Amino acid sequence: MIFPALFFYLFAVLCVGSAFMVIAARNPVHSVLFLILAFVNASGLFLLMGAEFLAMILVVVYVGAVAVLFLFVVMMLDVDFAELKQGFLQYLPVGALVAAILLAELMMVGGAWVINPAVVKAVVAPIPGNVTNTEALGLVLYTRYIHYFQLAGIVLLVAMIGAIVLTLRHKPNIKRQSIPDQVARTKATAMEVRKVASGQGLKETAQ
Amino acid sequence: MTFAGMTFAEIWTGYLWPLIIMVAQSVLLLVILLVAVAYILLADRKIWAAVQIRRGPNVVGPWGLFQSFADLLKFVLKEPIIPAGANKGVFILAPLVSCVLALAAWAVIPTAAGWVIADINVGVLYIFAISSLGVYGIIMAGWASNSKYPFLAALRSAAQMVSYEVSIGFVIITVLLCVGSLNLSAIVEAQNTRFGLLGWYWLPLLPMFVVFFVSALAETNRPPFDLVEAESELVAGFMVEYGSTPYMMFMLGEYVAIATMCAMATILFLGGWLPPVPVAPFTWVPGVIWFTLKALFMFFLFAMAKAIVPRYRYDQLMRLGWKVFLPLSLAMVVIVAAVLQFAGLAPK
Amino acid sequence: MGFEIAGYSLLPVVPELVLAVGAMALLMIGAYRGDRVTGLVTGLAVFLVVIAAALVLWLPPGRLVTFNGSFIVDDFARFMKILTLTGSAVTLLFSRGFVAAATRRMFEFAILILLSTVGMMVLISAGDLISLYLGLELMSLALYVVAASQRDNLKSTEAGLKYFVLGALSSGMLLYGASLIYGFTGTVSFAGIAAAAKSGSLGLVFGLVFLLAGLCFKVSAVPFHMWTPDVYEGAPTPVTAFFASAPKVAALAVFVRATMTAFPGITQEWQQIVVFVAIASMALGAFAGIGQRNIKRLMAYSSIGHMGFALVGLAAGTPEGTQGVLVYIAIYLTMTLGAFAVILALSRHGEAVETISDFAGLSRTNPLLAFFMAMLLFSLAGVPPLAGFFAKFYVFLAAMKAGLFTLAVLGVLSSVIGAYYYLVIIKVMYFDEPIGAMEPARGELRAVLAVTGLFNMLFFVYPAPLIDVATLAAKSLF
Repeated sequence: MIFPALFFYLFAVLCVGSAFMVIAARNPVHSVLFLILAFVNASGLFLLMGAEFLAMILVVVYVGAVAVLFLFVVMMLDVDFAELKQGFLQYLPVGALVAAILLAELMMVGGAWVINPAVVKAVVAPIPGNVTNTEALGLVLYTRYIHYFQLAGIVLLVAMIGAIVLTLRHKPNIKRQSIPDQVARTKATAMEVRKVASGQGLKETAQ
Repeated sequence: MTFAGMTFAEIWTGYLWPLIIMVAQSVLLLVILLVAVAYILLADRKIWAAVQIRRGPNVVGPWGLFQSFADLLKFVLKEPIIPAGANKGVFILAPLVSCVLALAAWAVIPTAAGWVIADINVGVLYIFAISSLGVYGIIMAGWASNSKYPFLAALRSAAQMVSYEVSIGFVIITVLLCVGSLNLSAIVEAQNTRFGLLGWYWLPLLPMFVVFFVSALAETNRPPFDLVEAESELVAGFMVEYGSTPYMMFMLGEYVAIATMCAMATILFLGGWLPPVPVAPFTWVPGVIWFTLKALFMFFLFAMAKAIVPRYRYDQLMRLGWKVFLPLSLAMVVIVAAVLQFAGLAPK
Repeated sequence: MGFEIAGYSLLPVVPELVLAVGAMALLMIGAYRGDRVTGLVTGLAVFLVVIAAALVLWLPPGRLVTFNGSFIVDDFARFMKILTLTGSAVTLLFSRGFVAAATRRMFEFAILILLSTVGMMVLISAGDLISLYLGLELMSLALYVVAASQRDNLKSTEAGLKYFVLGALSSGMLLYGASLIYGFTGTVSFAGIAAAAKSGSLGLVFGLVFLLAGLCFKVSAVPFHMWTPDVYEGAPTPVTAFFASAPKVAALAVFVRATMTAFPGITQEWQQIVVFVAIASMALGAFAGIGQRNIKRLMAYSSIGHMGFALVGLAAGTPEGTQGVLVYIAIYLTMTLGAFAVILALSRHGEAVETISDFAGLSRTNPLLAFFMAMLLFSLAGVPPLAGFFAKFYVFLAAMKAGLFTLAVLGVLSSVIGAYYYLVIIKVMYFDEPIGAMEPARGELRAVLAVTGLFNMLFFVYPAPLIDVATLAAKSLF
């Protein structure tokens, strides 16, 4: 049992450490790279819990697609770090105060934490024994949770419509390639054979 | 002697011995893989040369067989140069990321029945996840070089690889629909029918096989989709500022990724280690030989595509990915699912 | 009607299904025909909303539950859904003139409003925290986009971005609260939470506070109101009319349902939060509205204040209080829609005007419009015998019955102070010199104005139907 624990602490420490570096790093690109490291470690934690499907999907979706686009944008930003840091000291006392209050409150909540027996039961029996993790998810996602699944789908549809509405511009005067037109060109429509008398040249040019 | 409540014997049989076995297997696989990469690199150059009626590398060793090792020595012995304006940490990290990730994918690839280091349940997803991380090596290199061409190449690659991952994902889903498992060995076993090579998925899922092959070319930045390092526009793309060992690691990562894609195509569509005709003389041949032959055939296709097909323009590349492959593969997911459901062929 | 999916009856979600599928069909029409069909799509969208409203009424009576209790249709849900659909339909009518202009043609506008309405209906029927969150996101995401839909206009994009960033923050708080509640009760369904939450343990109250903070943001109650004036001012006017009507109804509905059905065991705990929020909103709505020059900003502060009044009824925590909230929100909806019909009707030389000084002399240039506007403003201020008075009357009555005298007194005081800025507009309309002639209002605006104006003026003659329906709806929660 000691090796899973060792790996847990490895992933957990790396995850928290890189999460801290996300906000501490001076360079925003480094921040995003640390964020990616945090994601990868979180997926390691999922693996330790036996949630292999979630672990892989976390990497595929967040690290493989979302974070790439995020990095893409951050790389192109021209951020003036000196300017960003300027207000830091000025706001530090207020920020520290808010953070301290929040921390104290969270500790109070943590102290009051009484784990509900129903939750404990839900945690110890997450997967029916004879099916894999992926199958277990698939069995309930499209039946028991069909309502949530469909709603989430509509939310994504709205997000897509929104992105198109806010960014797509149909610019006139842009030459677009039309593959069917290109393919439909034949020898007859594409060229014309002329007899050119020597020394005369063509009287008129085509078109 | 006890440690955390276990005797040394328990730790030895429970953890240490399996660990040693696993490390030994990994090293073995790594060595074989690296030698194989050295020769497919040579094969790539030889095939390319043959198509152009040249000889290709033929000086080092008999028929140039040691060319790749000579190149290795050359790269390793040169001085690594880091540009003054580069972001050092990321600049050095980038080739490592690219190389390590490419090698990591091989942990789950079964080369014969039971010949796999980690036979995990979500093998396909693991490879998909690892190959989607490959883009980071390129982006990090492009950005850290602090130079225009590498940066442009990084932007191109990010968009290109994310685009083609989408259709690869759908292709994998169609195969999974037929198999009912994400385990790579199970995918191969599902193709084990009495029809032999006609029962492998390349035939029933032929359009998806084509989509997978083309997307694999784009995903590994191979010609005709090598816009990331298009030498006529971007000098050498994201690798402009790299030389010596870091450059070699990029090359290595690239070819290992190509080998991974060939192995994936073999497992998903060409029946992995299964013999093409399930009768006596063929079934005597060990599975690993069939696997290697099929993977080499896939690589031959890769090499021929590089030699024959001219490079795509970037907008055409995007058009192909989003407007042709995405709708096609989406439609195929629906069609395959419907056929399996209504013909009663669905697994389980 | 025996159609079901995965063992769940689909009957209760028929209106939502019709709206969602209809919206996707319209999207297809728009995608293939382009912006030429904006008018057609908008018209069909109104038609769809009317059909959905008819279907809500057509559903068999009583309490229908499906999807494992995560979707509930009871009299409360029916009442709120009809109000929401009214708000959406009227807003779509408002937007016809707006999107008809050649430079602003955008068929997606109507589709986004439709999908947002689907989110609101899910929100109103939510029976657990997950469908609450999903409904809320669906509603809000579409709202962020329509707020920024004038993407070449700096103020509109600013409004969209501000709304989005603050909305995401509030969603985060709501989710954090929901996860705490789940952690302490072991369930996400409202009924299960109610069974588990008998005593106010510290963690549960924490979760409740965060949940209410998220909901307060959506109803724009103080102290989560900061986005309201900027977003109301920046967004295109039909969008502002939408913000002030349908989403407010839906968010208030889920506010009431969540507090009443999930936390009846710890009424004491949430009551003090709601009392504070109500007082703060009423006070801010009353004072901050005074200095405004822009009518849309003024309407923003007005709606903050009105949400405060509506929450007074909720603070009572009784069936009468809930009935008061229902009556209040119904009347608020008519007043707001009427007022926005006037604001939309104001345009000079083809350009919409939106400062209060532009109302000058409206009684001479356009006496009928000015008269209706004056009546609506009196109603908003709560002057008897107009409908707005009765709305306030019921909530204050419920608060008094529940023993919340301070709250009621403060409410009446802020209502008196708030009356000032409504009266200022009336003064400008009737006693200032006209600046120039207004263009004639579009037909649909006049129709909406006539209906809402007459409703507000004549409500006192026959208030029974609305009151009875609201009583019935409020009872279904207890």
